[in-house]
Amino acid sequence: MAELLNVNDINVYYGAIHAIKGVSFHVDEGEIVTLIGANGAGKSTTLHTVSGLLHSKTGSISFEGKNIAGVPAHKLVEHGLAHVPEGRRIFLQMTVEENLEMGAFTQPNANTPASLERVYEQFPRLKERQRQIAGTLSGGEQQMLAMGRALMSKPKLLMLDEPSMGLAPILVEQIFDIIRQLHQAGTTILLVEQNAQMALSVADRAYVLETGKITLSGTGDELIHSDEVRKAYLGG
Amino acid sequence: MEFLSYLISGISLGSVYAIIALGYTMVYGIAKMLNFAHGDVIMVGGYISFCGMMYLGLNGWVALLLAMAVCTVLGIIVEGLAYRPLRQATSLAVLITAIGVSYLLQNTALLVWGATPKVYQSLIPLTDASGAPNALRLMGGRLSISYMSLLTMAACIIIMVGLTLFTSRSKMGKAMRACSEDKDAARLMGINVNTTISVTFAIGSALAAVAGVLLCSFNPTLMPTTGSMPGIRAFTAAVFGGIGSIPGAFLGGLLIGVIEAMAKAYISTQLANSVVFAVLIVVLLVRPAGLLGKYVPEKV
Repeated sequence: MAELLNVNDINVYYGAIHAIKGVSFHVDEGEIVTLIGANGAGKSTTLHTVSGLLHSKTGSISFEGKNIAGVPAHKLVEHGLAHVPEGRRIFLQMTVEENLEMGAFTQPNANTPASLERVYEQFPRLKERQRQIAGTLSGGEQQMLAMGRALMSKPKLLMLDEPSMGLAPILVEQIFDIIRQLHQAGTTILLVEQNAQMALSVADRAYVLETGKITLSGTGDELIHSDEVRKAYLGG
Repeated sequence: MEFLSYLISGISLGSVYAIIALGYTMVYGIAKMLNFAHGDVIMVGGYISFCGMMYLGLNGWVALLLAMAVCTVLGIIVEGLAYRPLRQATSLAVLITAIGVSYLLQNTALLVWGATPKVYQSLIPLTDASGAPNALRLMGGRLSISYMSLLTMAACIIIMVGLTLFTSRSKMGKAMRACSEDKDAARLMGINVNTTISVTFAIGSALAAVAGVLLCSFNPTLMPTTGSMPGIRAFTAAVFGGIGSIPGAFLGGLLIGVIEAMAKAYISTQLANSVVFAVLIVVLLVRPAGLLGKYVPEKV
């Protein structure tokens, strides 16, 4: 499989705080790769750096072989990168459909109806709530909306930040089912999760991030059975 | 009958405030800043249309278009030079800069056009050749509405409907609403936030030019400080209606205009401003978000 995303030796600072210390990883086409780690390990910061909301002082980030380090976030969407941020960050005062339309902002208007159709097929619940104001959706529906919105840009790489956060276990199952389906349909996914158990169970490969550094990597299976991961993240 | 004519003059004055308030509220909604120089853009619009008519011999309507074009460019320049570098700065720094821009515009106008008031020629003459009011007479002539008032009210309604359609239907308008809610999320959608803010300033400033022409048409003395008081009242109107809300600016503008007209008619001309601001204080005590300002709880 061809390499889609390559992150090489990035260092990110928040003022004087060195949040990401020389992180390198890669995602191949068609894979689900997960970054797991505790709160504050730098998972979200890593995603923000890939999507251009933050910038690294060193190293390189390449997407389909092109260097995208330093490219502003709004230009990366056209390259095929979609980022579902932590906390969903949907537009609460806009309707469900308007949120989805914003996801297709970089696409020609003529493609929007077909993309909407595709997303509604994937998330029938969103179709039922089409005209509803997004702020009135339940947490699980908001997560679906955030994912649907990202899919509107027909991304080559979908980055999901904590999709299970704050959801009831049954909804977490549902969200991960959707992640599996998207993967089967050929979407490449970079998944950041605190719920290591769930994340490792769907991932082809995984990286463990600790205080800004990658400390372990391997296939999902390897890590789920690794003693260190079990002790630190899977409750024994 | 007197009451009706005061009401109409209040509504037409309020229509001008509403047009100005729309500029305040849109900029606040998206850039989360109070552009205190907005009132002075009105004054620039007034002078540009005045010069267009006086020195270039333009027709009033063409002069209006010229003023809109100049103010649009002015709005984009002011945003790009003065406010954009402060995007990450504290809101206090931005506020002080806006006040600075306001003084800069006023004093530049003083330098260019001098302190002597210019006599502005109304877009539609307020009186006809014989000196009689140029107005629509209703109820057997007991109620008269000047054509200028009718034009102002019509302009306000057209602008209001146009902006509502723009923000609810067009891609750019929806992108503006997205930016006003969450700039980083908007960036992740591929929306260029800086461009969106520029467009907002452009629209607000073009509206300020319209307001300038309408205002000077009613009140024909044009001075470098012409825009400041209407600017402050329109800001009050925007807060009154719920800052950030387009229908709120419309409602707030009309109410402030009517309250001002009624206070002048029935209480005291000197106290009119006090009454306007007292009403504002009461409204904000009862509804801190303004009349139509809304609060949407966030689910986590």
